[in-house]
Amino acid sequence: MFGLFWLVWILFTTFSKGLPALHWTLFTKLTPPPGSDGGLLNAFVGSIIMSAMAIIIGTPIGIGAGTYLAEYARHTKLGETIRFVNDILLSAPSIVIGLFVYSFTVRQMGHFSAYAGGIALAFIVLPVVVRTTDEMLQLVPSAMREAALALGVPQYKVVKQILYRAAKSGIATGVLLALARISGETAPLLFTALNNPYWSLNLNQPMANVPVVIFQYAMSPYEFWHQLAWAGAFVMTMLVLLLGILSRTLLVGKRVKNA
Amino acid sequence: MSEIVSIAQTPTDRLLHSDSRDHRVDAMFHFAVKSCAIVVLIALAGAAASMLYGGREAFSTFGWKFLWSSDWDPVTKQFGALVPVYGTLVTAFLAMLLAVPVSFGIALFLTEISPLWLRTPTATAIDLLAGIPSIIYGMWGLFVFVPYMSKHIDPWLIDHFGKLPIIGMLFSGPPMGLGMLTAGIVLAVMVIPFITAVMREVFTTVPTPLKESAYALGSTNWEVVWHVVLPYTRSAVTGGIFLGLGRALGETMAVTFVLGNTHRLSASLLEPGNSIAAAIANEFTEADSSLYLSSLIALGFLLFVVTFVVLAIARLMLRRMARMAGN
Repeated sequence: MFGLFWLVWILFTTFSKGLPALHWTLFTKLTPPPGSDGGLLNAFVGSIIMSAMAIIIGTPIGIGAGTYLAEYARHTKLGETIRFVNDILLSAPSIVIGLFVYSFTVRQMGHFSAYAGGIALAFIVLPVVVRTTDEMLQLVPSAMREAALALGVPQYKVVKQILYRAAKSGIATGVLLALARISGETAPLLFTALNNPYWSLNLNQPMANVPVVIFQYAMSPYEFWHQLAWAGAFVMTMLVLLLGILSRTLLVGKRVKNA
Repeated sequence: MSEIVSIAQTPTDRLLHSDSRDHRVDAMFHFAVKSCAIVVLIALAGAAASMLYGGREAFSTFGWKFLWSSDWDPVTKQFGALVPVYGTLVTAFLAMLLAVPVSFGIALFLTEISPLWLRTPTATAIDLLAGIPSIIYGMWGLFVFVPYMSKHIDPWLIDHFGKLPIIGMLFSGPPMGLGMLTAGIVLAVMVIPFITAVMREVFTTVPTPLKESAYALGSTNWEVVWHVVLPYTRSAVTGGIFLGLGRALGETMAVTFVLGNTHRLSASLLEPGNSIAAAIANEFTEADSSLYLSSLIALGFLLFVVTFVVLAIARLMLRRMARMAGN
């Protein structure tokens, strides 16, 4: 009950402060300098672009690694080590990931960029997808694998055509969860993509994104910026909650099917 | 498909060829997925290595003094990790102090006491609370909680505890609302869902016959919990607590908003301070000298080492529990 109390308080605040600031200009105007009108368009677009980059980079590697863990290394020492390291990566402070990507991307390139931001987010997507894929593939009953192998199907086809199809919704849930997570992450973007007050689709330059804009605006002394920050926070929370509920319904469907 | 067609023509030949081709593809596939898995290892090793490398200037300039110096002066280029480390440890400790009993209560409530119809919604609510981005906690903390603290809670604390001999030190200072106590409370709210989720999962693995026999012998609800459920799940509960601790130590956004970000060491919980993550987040883009930058990265390395150790312990404890449960 106590837990629900805090949830309600926080959500209520986000609603009450964010809703009044919601205006369709939020999605059509760019981030303004203090004192003038504006919206969060470039931030939303930037976040979408970098999240897409992160998912495109992180998901294949994550599914690959998860497949390795579930199919080839279920009880080996290498597998256990990788699982351990993956868990650490999963729970590591995201600011550490930001620093790491800063060192090898921004330092090398000489400037902040959306590429760096996308890569940083990809490192957050990776462990989530690895873990979910590993667990979902392990849930597929061995009888399926054995039947396919008995028919002479090669290993890679077993994985591709049988296991992936069976674990499809579970893996998709993992991707959704990863997406929900990166939608709210600020720290990795602080030192990689930075922020951009202007409209820019150039992946080689700093790119606007919602969390950093919220951070900047909320810590500022300007009232209008505060309002925009709340509106952005509201949209972000809604997105994360929606993704959470979506992934939950996907997963429940899968559990019912397997039971 | 083409194999089935050609089987009709030259069965043995095609079969043999397709077999070796499959072997090759299988080998490639194995290699591909194995490399993906190695990427995970490289990522962690790379993170550690890059931060050690980035922090080398700070470590070589200051040596071990870095760990206990409380200077932080960009002008004279004197940096020390004491204030941020102290802040990180204190806020995390406070958060755990508040979060563990509450999580314990909620998990217990969910598994033992609550009516069945209430369980799923509450559990879902807690899970959603766990997913709320930390920056939202920060904003709520700054705009809603801090004024509340400074108007209602801080003055009360100062009036009642400020005058006492030793504890008074903890509660002195102007009632700004920002400070370690506020940060600790906000962190606690953030961490509660995690610990609750782990505890709840673990409490449900206690075999029902065990609990039923205790009830049959006449134990009260509380006795069953304290003497049967807890001892059985001890290592997993500890693992969950460490997991929450790992999260609390590394949390950036929730803390940056409400901690005050001053590089001053103070015994009072009501005074602002700094934490490693908050310091890095706030000062990274302003760092003008390479020594400044290196000091910040060195701080990041310290944080990494501490969270690595905490998370490793958590992992070990949870694994032990899983093995006990027969997984």
